[in-house]
Amino acid sequence: MVNVNSGMIEVRWHGRGGQGAKSASAILAEVMFEGGRHVQAFPEYGAERQGAPIRAYNRVSNKPIRRRCGVQNPNVVVVVDPTLASSANPTEGCGDDAVYLVNTPENTADVRTKLGLPDSATVMAVDATRITLEELGQNRPNAPLLGALSRIFSDVSVDDFVDHFSKKMKSLSAKTLEANKRAIMRGRDEAVEV
Amino acid sequence: MGSAEAVLFEDKRLRREMTSGNMAFAEAMRQINPDVVAAYPITPSTEIPMKFAEFVANGLVDTEYITVESEHSAITACVGASVSGARVMTASSANGVALMHEIFPIAAAFRAPIVFGLVNRSLGAPVNINCDHSDSMPERDSGWIQIYCEDAQEVYDTALLSIRLAEHKDVLTPIFVCQDGFITSHCYEPVEFLSDEAVKEFVGLREAVYPLLDVDNPVSYGSFVTSEYYFEIKRNQIEGMNNAIRVDGEISGDLARLTGREYPPLDCYRTDDADYVAVIMSSATGVVKDVADELRARGIKAGCIRVRMFRPFPSKEISAALSGKKGVAVLDRSASPGGVSPLAAEVKSALYMSCRDGFVPVFEFIYGLGGRDLFPDDVKAVFEKLRAGNCGCGASYIGLRDKMGGGD
Repeated sequence: MVNVNSGMIEVRWHGRGGQGAKSASAILAEVMFEGGRHVQAFPEYGAERQGAPIRAYNRVSNKPIRRRCGVQNPNVVVVVDPTLASSANPTEGCGDDAVYLVNTPENTADVRTKLGLPDSATVMAVDATRITLEELGQNRPNAPLLGALSRIFSDVSVDDFVDHFSKKMKSLSAKTLEANKRAIMRGRDEAVEV
Repeated sequence: MGSAEAVLFEDKRLRREMTSGNMAFAEAMRQINPDVVAAYPITPSTEIPMKFAEFVANGLVDTEYITVESEHSAITACVGASVSGARVMTASSANGVALMHEIFPIAAAFRAPIVFGLVNRSLGAPVNINCDHSDSMPERDSGWIQIYCEDAQEVYDTALLSIRLAEHKDVLTPIFVCQDGFITSHCYEPVEFLSDEAVKEFVGLREAVYPLLDVDNPVSYGSFVTSEYYFEIKRNQIEGMNNAIRVDGEISGDLARLTGREYPPLDCYRTDDADYVAVIMSSATGVVKDVADELRARGIKAGCIRVRMFRPFPSKEISAALSGKKGVAVLDRSASPGGVSPLAAEVKSALYMSCRDGFVPVFEFIYGLGGRDLFPDDVKAVFEKLRAGNCGCGASYIGLRDKMGGGD
């Protein structure tokens, strides 16, 4: 797993336009910022279309972050849309010790094989789509993925994500708020790492 | 953290929030509460007039917000309001800026101190929404001050100090506060804001000289002037521009006492003992600094200069910083087809004055057109070329497909 205390962490998100990868990267940045880190969150901008593959990035560091170019060698890769695991080249530029978080109904070993990853890479699989369909009635995989990220970033807790969400989404109904909190918690609990 | 800054934190006069370059500029506008804003939205600066319209609708400012039918009308309304004595701000990008071109020299000659959020984007064609400096560079002779910011924090700070700089009696010149489209305008990062009271106190009120609405002392703007006086008026205007470096230093000092952040016209990084220096502007500076550190760790004396103020150009300062260097690479994010790229031309020109103290080889590189990224390996290759001295005499192109890099 990764820890900001041992150097700058770079994250790459693979999602589809409208799916919320950009928002998820912003939430991760906010939670890290609230924990006193230096952060960046930025998407790759092109012709934005609903459903088109997009990438978004984070940098998290204990020191001021100077570079503002795209992330070439991410430490953490998050695949928001299951179909992108095979089409968006999520392993591009990654070191052998990269950490992958994939939204998929498949098991972790299958994901590892599909991506052709070495044993040194960490793979975590979570069926975030199913969790949000059950909890929210919608395919909005962000909340479970953020919950699972709390296991990948060893210096933040899932409560940091839940607290942040509760504070930021005060205007939501109590019912929706609770459903989202459950989705975050389930993401953390149900993500499987091999 | 300086002691002044620590005291401010205790006073709760500072707040740190996640925001973006566009939102930081819009927040500065809210706190400045200008008398008039006339704007026409265009990507990637759209969020600035959008957010400001929200402030107006919610009664958070008492600005007269003029929605117009084009960029040309937006800047024309800004000029009219500014010469009337109002404090005026606006924003635009790319072809929107180009459409305003006719009015920019008029604003400058009227000494209309407009503060303009220019979010850099390539000029079409082909249509492209991403960053380069091809929109602001054609305006470099329009008589406007041009300041290029590296990040959202600097955008916010520069918006505040530009109000005072533009309106200063020794300057009276409109200002482009430039930031890189998307890279800075849409990157979400922490920014430290001053309190509304602190900003109000810092920017004060505009004291207009010769306002059109001073009916007791009537004046006229836009009159016909023959060759008998035109030249003197232009000479006066140039003097205002030339004063900007000195006045900017004074105002930056005032702001630094509030924030702890200083912004000299040149940001010199590890240049004192450097053999090789890369000169660059805006958001790509950070990666050059990172590479300079990496090369230093390998015993190569690399340095970086970020040109923050492009108009007026700090010629003396850059000449002093670069004299005696073994090689200088100038990285331009725009081209001047058929001529020397804008930043390289300025650097070479500045060094010509000190060439009797020793020749400094300057090489031109063009990077990042239409948003092409500048990566650490690209910058390393630039320093490698500098060290090998094989940069050729024309411009080299960084990160082009195939073998179009050139340089000979």
